[in-house]
Parts: sequence; structure tokens; C-alpha cells
Amino acid sequence: MSVPATATPTYPPGQHPDLPPPPGTAGVIGWLRANLFSSVFNTALTLVSVWLIYEFVTAAIDWFVLDAVWEAGSRVDCRKQGDGACWAVIAIRLDQFVYGFYPADQRWRPVLTFVLLFPALAPVLFDRTPYRSQLLWFSLAYPALGAWLIYGGLGLPVVDTDAYGGFLLTMILGVTGIVASLPLGILLALGRQSRLLAIRVLCVTFIEVVRGVPLITLLFIASTMLNYFLPPGTSFDLLIRVLIMVTLFAAAYLAEAVRGGLQALSRGQYEAADSLGLSYWKKTWLITLPQALKIAIPGMVNVFIGLYKDSTLVVIIGLLDPLGVARAVLADAKWNGLSNETYLFIALFFFLSCFAMSRYSLWLEGRLSVDDR
Amino acid sequence: MATIEDTERIRSAADTSRVMVEVRAMHKWFGTFHVLKNIDLRVTAGERIVICGPSGSGKSTLIRCINRLEVHQQGTIEVDGIELTRDVKNIEQIRSEVGMVFQHFNLFPHLTVLENCTLGPMWVRKLPKGEAEEIAQRYLERVQIPEQADKYPGQLSGGQQQRVAIARSLCMQPKIMLFDEPTSALDPEMIKEVLDTMLELAETGMTMLVVTHEMGFARRAADRVIFMDEGEIIEKNAPEPFFNNPQNDRTKLFLSQILSH
Repeated sequence: MSVPATATPTYPPGQHPDLPPPPGTAGVIGWLRANLFSSVFNTALTLVSVWLIYEFVTAAIDWFVLDAVWEAGSRVDCRKQGDGACWAVIAIRLDQFVYGFYPADQRWRPVLTFVLLFPALAPVLFDRTPYRSQLLWFSLAYPALGAWLIYGGLGLPVVDTDAYGGFLLTMILGVTGIVASLPLGILLALGRQSRLLAIRVLCVTFIEVVRGVPLITLLFIASTMLNYFLPPGTSFDLLIRVLIMVTLFAAAYLAEAVRGGLQALSRGQYEAADSLGLSYWKKTWLITLPQALKIAIPGMVNVFIGLYKDSTLVVIIGLLDPLGVARAVLADAKWNGLSNETYLFIALFFFLSCFAMSRYSLWLEGRLSVDDR
Repeated sequence: MATIEDTERIRSAADTSRVMVEVRAMHKWFGTFHVLKNIDLRVTAGERIVICGPSGSGKSTLIRCINRLEVHQQGTIEVDGIELTRDVKNIEQIRSEVGMVFQHFNLFPHLTVLENCTLGPMWVRKLPKGEAEEIAQRYLERVQIPEQADKYPGQLSGGQQQRVAIARSLCMQPKIMLFDEPTSALDPEMIKEVLDTMLELAETGMTMLVVTHEMGFARRAADRVIFMDEGEIIEKNAPEPFFNNPQNDRTKLFLSQILSH
């Protein structure tokens, strides 16, 4: 859409003023014209798309909300009340979805642990948190505090790990896995670039072996084979074994993401740090790692989201994660056949958690990119 | 910029007969490629040496060997009486006494100008933050950009970045400064500000080894000019005779090529 050249008057050299763009080429109207209605065909496509979106959205609202049934005693009961979603199945089994078989009178403990997660995470995630330096001490103490609250002992009744289930189990696996795999992954990435052959070989072997094996295999090893390797008589909690495997698995992938960041740095950064006389660890901590981690954020968050979602695989070795609860619920004769509702609910939970992580990483990238504009 | 006391301090500390760099029969290979051949070089305190030569002649590699960014395979290098060996502590010690300015500045982009300058003093010299910042401010004033202290390197022009890089090295209060083509990556209008900074530094009596194609700088500041070609030192002389009466044919050819426009 060009405007005839005669429309602009001429000016003597050096006197040309800044003119506004021709009408209809900038702003909302300009965007609409350029992107949606630029030709007859495009206009037709736009109209058809709008109609399709309208049909889909209204149908979805009907099924999800307007025709949905929120309270009922069974699936048959649901169908009598309406032909939308039967959310009653979720409402009745909500406690199991959230806590698994965690005893009802002790549920304040996971709730408190969850609530305390926020003040523990805030100073780590946001550098402008008020009282950050004091709160960081709390963050440091949080893993032990959380473990004590959920497991018990020292005055609290012990709740065995096989009672954990549902979203509680997902959170335990996800948060522990992420927190523990980050330092391990960084060390592996550094080790892979080490000048010491033994360390390098060790790290490369570990990364390649763990990355080359499906997580399920590792989980089976955790649930069955690990007992053969350990000295007889030692019994190792299954949840701990699974946590270790999930952490190692994520660490191997993280190491590669971090290595990508380290290799993206110019050699000049290493040389400048060297020429100041900084030792290896100071150079790494002050110069290379901060820059490498920033570059690696998208890749690292990718790994974290993957770890979080892969935690559902523990259902295969008999842990009662949300999918395990879903299986149990769907096996109930009163409710079977409601897999849409059950799985959509679980999907929503995972989507919200993962979306939050993804938004945070975008925000962090923006926050850090202020540095080198 | 260089105050009289500064000049006095450095001059008196640097007894001009003291040998700061001593390279003896040094060879270096990149794989099988022989980059440096039988290099002998002695630099005394306060001396300003300009090293020039065609690209690929090994001049950058030579000064990078002096703070062991490159490792030599034969011969010896002594810096202020300490021989460069594989000993890591030894290398770190020498590097903290030898400042290096790179062609591409290599400032730390995630740190402010001030933090770039205080990093070495705080983490290598173990100075308290306040003292390190005082030193940093002083050298930023010397290179005439104190007002940029809180900006990030990416917000500065190339010339400003290079001056910050010089200040960052000076903050370590080094005994020797190495410059590896410090103006080669700059736009023409910014070369002068960096050369001016280097000239003023030369006036303070700093021991300097400068790899550069800026022959004007060599004429004005150098005590000796060294010409290298294909890994060898072909000719070394004071600037006057070097430029006016070069001895070797290769030197003559090189000078005619860079001075003939």
C-alpha cells in the first residue's frame, strides 16, 4: 500500500522535518489492514476464522460451565442433571487428588509447608524482595523444615511416605528435583569442561549414560534393582530412591543446558578474568557462570518443566501421583467413564504450574537483559 | 590526568635498571605450526615497547605468552624475577601484576563499569569494597569517564569501553601493562581518545608492551620498536632510526606498506 510520491512536498537540503506516517499505515487500524484484511482472500479467511473461534468457544463454555454438573452422587446422577462436564467427580475426590492418603487430621502440615514455600522462594526468585538477605536464611532452612513438617518426627506423628499422593507428591518430586538438580547440573557442566581428564571423563560418562536411558528405566532401577546393589539389610525409602533418580536425570539434562551457556561466552571473557589473576572458582562464580546461566535460562526452564511433568511417570512403579489417583477414581464403578473430566482437571493443574514457571523465566530474562542493552 | 605524585610514585618504585620481562630462547607451536621462533626480549622498568608486524607474525601471541594466556613450549619467560611455570599460584600471582588490554575490550557485560573496576582489587587483592571503589573512581577519572561508573559496558561507545578496560587493568596497580591491538576494533573517530589515554599512561613511567599498527603512537611514546615477521623478531631499534633508517628488507617493505597512504 504505497502512497503516491507527489503527496510529499520537497524541502531544501538539511531542512526536512519529521513527518507522521501516511494515514492507515500505523496503529491499530494499520495493523488490522495489513494483517487481517489485506486482500479479498485474507478477508474471507479472517471471517471464517472468527466464526470457527466463536463456535468453539461457545461450545466450550457450555460444556465446561453452563451445562456442567457440580454436585452429584454418581455418574448416572450427573447425566440426569445435565449433559455438560460432571465436575462432581472431582469435588467428591478432591482430597485424594490433593493429598493422596495423607491422614485427614494431619493435612495442615502439607498445607503449611506449601504456604511457607512462597516466602522461601520469593527471595531466591526475586532480587527485590523486601528483607531479602534475612529471608534467604529462611530459604536455606526450608528444605529441612519442609521435610520435617511432611514426614514428621521430633514431636510430630510420623506419616509414612507411601501415604503421600496426588498433587502433594507432584510438588514434593518437582520442588526437590528442581532444587537438588540445579547445583548438581552446574557442577556436571563445569566438570565436563574441566582440564582434569579424570573429572571430565567421569562427568561425560554420567551425562551420556543418564541421558541415554529413559526415565522409566531409571525409576524401575530405583524401585527394584537398587536393593540388589545396596548392602543387605539397608532399606531405603522408595520415595527417596525415586527422588534421587529424578534429580540425577534432570541434572544430566541441566548440565547440557548450562554447558551451552558456558560455550556461548566469548573466549575473551575467560581471558579477561584470567588476566586479572582470578582463580578458577572466582572466575567461574563471578564472571562465567552468571553470564552462562543467563543464556541458559530458557533451556534450564525447559528441563525443569520436563522434570515436573515427568514426575507423573512414578505412577508406573506404584506411587500415587495425580494420575494414580485418577486411575483409582476411574476404577470406581460409580464414576467410571468420566476420564475427560478427571484428566482435564489434572492437565489444568500441570498447565498452571508450568505456565507460571515459563512466565517467570521470561520475566527473569527481561530483568537480566537490562544489563547489556 | 597523571598527577606529579603518581608519576613520582611509579618512577621511584621502578628502578629503571630493573628487568621486568626477560624472555630467553623462547619457542611456541600451535600444533605443528611454529608461531614463535627463538624469541629473546628484555624489558626494563619504565620501558615502552611497541611491537609491530604483519598479521600472523606472532606479535599478539608473544605478549599473550607473557601473562600465560598462551603457553610456550621451550625457553624461559621471567616476569619481575618470577619464572612462568605450570604452577597455578605462580601464574595467578604474575597475572595480578600484569595488566592486559584486549582488542575487543572484553569488559564483563553483566557488571557495571564500577564493578568491572573493583572486581580485581576486591577478589584478588582482597581490598575492602570502599577502598576498591575509591581506587576505581580515581582511575576512571584518569581515563576521563568517572560519570559512566554506574552504566553497563553495553551502554558505552567502543572508545569509552576501551578506556574502561584500561582503567580496569590499572585498578590492579600492575607493574606491567600489555596492550593487544587496543585500537584495531575501534571506529576511526574513537582511536584518538584511546591513544591519548595510552600516551598519558606512558608519561607516568608505566612499563608497557604495545602491539599496534598505530605508528604515530610508536613514534611519540616508544622507547623501542620491535618488528616481527613469521614468528621471529626481525629488527628492534629506537623509533627514530627504526622509521627513518630500517635495516632489514622485510621491515622496509612493511613500513612502506603501512606508511604509504
